[in-house]
Amino acid sequence: MLRDLHDDFPILSRTVRNGKPLVYLDSAATSQKPSAVLEAESAFYREHNGAVARGAHLLAEEATEAFESARSDVARLVGASPEEIVWTSGATASINLVANGIGDASLGAGGEEAARFRIGPGDRIVVTEAEHHANLIPWQQLAARTGAELAWIPVDDDGRFDLDNLDTIVNGSTTVLAFSHAGNVTGIVADVAPLVARAREVGALTVLDACQSVPHLPVDVAQLGVDFMAFSGHKMLGPTGIGALWGRKELLDALPPSVFGGGAIAIVTMERTTWLEAPMRFEPGTQPVAQAVGMGAAARYLMDLGMDQVARHEARLAQIMREGVAELPGVRLLGPVGDPDRIDVLGLAAVAVDGVHAHDVGQVLDDLGVLARVGHHCAQPLHRRFGLTGSTRASAHVYTREDDARAFVEALATVRSFFGVHA
Amino acid sequence: MSTLEQMYQQVIMDHAREAHGRGLVEVTLPAHGESHQVNTTCGDEVTLRVGLEGDRIASLSWEGQGCSISQASVSALSELLDGESIATADDTVEAFRALMQSKGEHLDEEREDLLGDATAFVGVGKYPARIKCALLGWMAFRDALIQARSASEGGQQ
Ligand SMILES: Cc1ncc(COP(=O)(O)O)c(C=O)c1O
Repeated sequence: MLRDLHDDFPILSRTVRNGKPLVYLDSAATSQKPSAVLEAESAFYREHNGAVARGAHLLAEEATEAFESARSDVARLVGASPEEIVWTSGATASINLVANGIGDASLGAGGEEAARFRIGPGDRIVVTEAEHHANLIPWQQLAARTGAELAWIPVDDDGRFDLDNLDTIVNGSTTVLAFSHAGNVTGIVADVAPLVARAREVGALTVLDACQSVPHLPVDVAQLGVDFMAFSGHKMLGPTGIGALWGRKELLDALPPSVFGGGAIAIVTMERTTWLEAPMRFEPGTQPVAQAVGMGAAARYLMDLGMDQVARHEARLAQIMREGVAELPGVRLLGPVGDPDRIDVLGLAAVAVDGVHAHDVGQVLDDLGVLARVGHHCAQPLHRRFGLTGSTRASAHVYTREDDARAFVEALATVRSFFGVHA
Repeated sequence: MSTLEQMYQQVIMDHAREAHGRGLVEVTLPAHGESHQVNTTCGDEVTLRVGLEGDRIASLSWEGQGCSISQASVSALSELLDGESIATADDTVEAFRALMQSKGEHLDEEREDLLGDATAFVGVGKYPARIKCALLGWMAFRDALIQARSASEGGQQ
């Protein structure tokens, strides 16, 4: 079991409306930060700040060392090697980096080594109906730019990927299969293996949105077998403005960059430029160094806790929330209740309350000090599939207490009577 | 009363439950306008239609879906402004906007008289995230009115 971590997170001791203690249940949107992360970032500025990989003075060396050792820490968290980790501003930027690289390669950028990425009319990009907009729109745009076709794997009534027609959806023309590891609405942890197996069969690249899995579950890129993986610092107890793209080294070395500038290049003449290898080729300009250092500290904090312990802790919270709300009259849980022993759902619960709009639900919770998220959570197609425009979502993290999870269920139980709606 | 109860006053709950002017009515008047507004944070929407007869709002109807604040607000607007003069409507819209910006403080008596039931939305001003909800229908009304006016000016030429 995890120890109680409240004291590690300074913000959790503040109060909210009406002087109530803070019950923070919006960690899937953004997580709170432990002192270890706040201090790492601040110590970097106070003691080591200098230009990374530029110049030879002491501070430049120390800053470069801090930046690169943060990269190693983040790599270690997901079982990768450091040169396969590209710093980005977040998962959104990571996914766009891949989609834009493929788009530019399709226009001839990157020369022969990038030819493997070229797509065009007759090719297919496959996503799922459950994706966050960050893992949908870049692919829509790529399809529009290249003339490729966009297809998607539907979800069943529980929100699980419906793999019945996997072989016809991921067909021989498929060049990219992009999907999420864990759903930000249903909390479902995907079974990655059959998707990766099918993609390999047809020679498609796999892009995994691991934004909601890396912060909460043991994730190992070798085990997953995907080609690219995106995640964000701010959802895994790290700072905002920083995230990572993991990719197979030989793919990253061939993918053309789409953002250009200093620091990413080997040789520049007035006519042309050759790129450095990955990850540097994707990191032009001055990088968010302190944020990277903070993300490295977050990775270390999570590894110290042990991701198995984290997952088990959150499985318990999932059980309290999901079983709890499933029993409330007039409350619909989006996604299955889940099985805590199999850890097949995240520690979150998105619900629709009969006769009460999500915004109104959220307002009542807020008044009780329970801070949850309302709206479509950047997943409009999935909500449409459920026949909804929005939902109310509570989401936990390492610092969430069982009492917090219970507070959500109890607060939710008061909503319908507040609005005078009865079963 | 808690701030939450101040926001969800009984008048608002009543409007949310039994909305006025809901159901788009066909307008045959030449001076008419229609506006569709969406709150992008939650997907709530309102479509509102007005028809003018001279300087009077002769028809006002709407359709929409959303939270109790957005739906009650457009209902209150509909009850207030259907049949009113354009001048009164303009003043009322301005008063409502001022109410939303007042951070939960009441306005002067003159403007509150104008707002009638809609004064009950005063509590919304304390919740910045909800002001958009309350304003949704009012934005649709203002937009539809502009269209109806330009249609009537066009007709007079
Ligand atoms: C599943 C999923 N993918 C992608 C994103 C986008 O992450 P970011 O906003 O950090 O770029 C999110 C965050 O909301 C998410 O939940």
